[in-house]
Amino acid sequence: MMDLLNILLSESFWAASLRIATPLIFGVLGALICERAGVLNLGIEGIFVVGAMCGWMAVWLGAGLWGGVLAAAAAGALFGLLHAVLTVPLGLSQHVSGLGITLFATSVSYFTYRTALPNVSSPPRIEPFKALDIPLLSDLPFLGPVLFQQTALTWLALLMVALVWYVMNRTALGVAIQAVGDNPDSVDAQGLSVYGLRIGAIVAGSALMALGGAFLTMSAFDAFFFGMVNGRGWVCIALVIFASWRPGKALFGALLFGAFDALQVRLQTEMGALVPGQVFLMAPYILSIIALVIAARSADYPRALLTPWFKGQR
Amino acid sequence: MIRIEPRENPSRAFAIGIPILSAVISLALAAIPLLAAGANPLTAYGEMIKGVFGSVFALSEMLTRATPLIFTGLAAALAFRAKLWNIGAEGQLYLGAMAAVAIGSGYLDAPGIVLLPLIILLGAGAGAAGMMAPAYLKVRFGADEVVTTLLLNFIILIFLQMMLEGPLQDPMGLGWPQSAPVLDQGMLPPLIERMRVHSGLIIALVLAGIAQFMLARSVWGFKLRAVGENAAAARHAGINVNRSLFGVAAISGALAGLAGVSEVAGLKGYLTSDLSPGFGYTGIVVAMLAGLSPAGVVVAALFIASVFVGADSMSRAMGVSSFLADLVVSMSLLCVLVGGFLAKYRILRTREAVS
Repeated sequence: MMDLLNILLSESFWAASLRIATPLIFGVLGALICERAGVLNLGIEGIFVVGAMCGWMAVWLGAGLWGGVLAAAAAGALFGLLHAVLTVPLGLSQHVSGLGITLFATSVSYFTYRTALPNVSSPPRIEPFKALDIPLLSDLPFLGPVLFQQTALTWLALLMVALVWYVMNRTALGVAIQAVGDNPDSVDAQGLSVYGLRIGAIVAGSALMALGGAFLTMSAFDAFFFGMVNGRGWVCIALVIFASWRPGKALFGALLFGAFDALQVRLQTEMGALVPGQVFLMAPYILSIIALVIAARSADYPRALLTPWFKGQR
Repeated sequence: MIRIEPRENPSRAFAIGIPILSAVISLALAAIPLLAAGANPLTAYGEMIKGVFGSVFALSEMLTRATPLIFTGLAAALAFRAKLWNIGAEGQLYLGAMAAVAIGSGYLDAPGIVLLPLIILLGAGAGAAGMMAPAYLKVRFGADEVVTTLLLNFIILIFLQMMLEGPLQDPMGLGWPQSAPVLDQGMLPPLIERMRVHSGLIIALVLAGIAQFMLARSVWGFKLRAVGENAAAARHAGINVNRSLFGVAAISGALAGLAGVSEVAGLKGYLTSDLSPGFGYTGIVVAMLAGLSPAGVVVAALFIASVFVGADSMSRAMGVSSFLADLVVSMSLLCVLVGGFLAKYRILRTREAVS
């Protein structure tokens, strides 16, 4: 028990929690925007891979770190656009299209990586984002190491939470996006474009998802590996239901998940002799399922989620 | 102004033509990545054809690859018919494989006539259990089965690694994370001498035949289709929707479990954590290309297996990454999806906006 308390009180634990939560914050926000507009985006897992690969490759080719971030977002937006075209004007199955996007985006990324680097045994490394050292603030006890020694991408993720919250709750655009996910007929009656709003939301959401992937290769690690996304996208789909499609709760959910994941790594080193390490590795996925089961009954789904809408058909 | 309206009678020609066209288009689109990789597409296609049809060995390899895809394709097709989104075939495959080695690699030294059916039954049962759990969470708590089955895939894979470093590890395996080999009498016999294609293929084909018949002709199949087309209406008509869902969940999981049994007891002989290169996920593409028809699954599995085996062979000959196969497979899924739209709707040009 003492050990657990020590872990929970340590700065490094909370710093790690926030670090692990960062890609999930991007992913949950992205999924939240798509689903608020009424479209499930199961392409998320593949869009993470594309973001990770494109961000890394852009930096490796000399575009600079922020160039990499832009490249990742653009690639994510492109695959989002493909999902949007298939699911919005064509109204095709959002499940199947999303899975198709995941398979397509993943294989495009892997093929591109393999073709660009045919004969490398150890993946080439880039110089990743460094921790932002903010004078004075970084020296604060506890908060300093936890908050002010994160990389710029973690800050960007936190900024995005605020931005998405603001747009969704305080702007006409946000109201329109939510309306198009609840009652597209009413949006159409007001003379707004249902297609435009939904496509725009999916493209923007997918760009955010890709940043989650970019964080993996440009901040958490410094190289691209096959299988590095490892289900993080799917975890985001569970977390967005847990968060009831609210940006604030999405941040909370991602942090909770990050804390749990950081905890299991530490418990694993403490108790590794007693319990097989895999038990701890499983824990985050099990936690996601439990979170989903708890939240599912009371979940206030966007009412038009999964329902295609065609102009001129009531 | 463009208007979209449903076709009066979706034609049967579309149902068969669209998957074929999708397959051809996705193969043709592969020319782009081939050119990007600096390969001559025509030579590459030639190598792929040679790699699949060039010899009896090549053909046997293709059929070997198609076998697990028929199982996982059927698993997806039946579940999707009932709008039960089982994306967990990958995990259920490994559950079946674990059950197969748990009983088959020395725990029970029974004659083959007892051991082999037992391996098959336990493997199917383990897969079924692996899909009953998310079906229960869906019916009881309303937890979306897409997410739960996807997450379960990761949980089961980690559980597999735990088993392969623990109770299921081969004591003679020099510490490698792999299971002890399945006893000889517990193995599915090969179909051709000195070739890898095995009798798991026969089981897969028989099950596809049964599934085709049951879906089209039986009361069970009728209920399943009714639940998938409109669950509320089916319930109103007195169909026990939950029972139908549990039934198809069990069958779908069992089929995926059999894919694992067939790979372990038909091909590899022992279990490692890289038994399946994503057969569970590829099964979804197979099912979609098949238009969710069990008979179609067989044809689609043969096509996808040809793409994989052909691309592997082409990759060895020309040095182009074999991820090309995954590209073709994913593009064929997207093509068939768009094709399904063209079969169901007409796109009309109209003079003025319709209200």
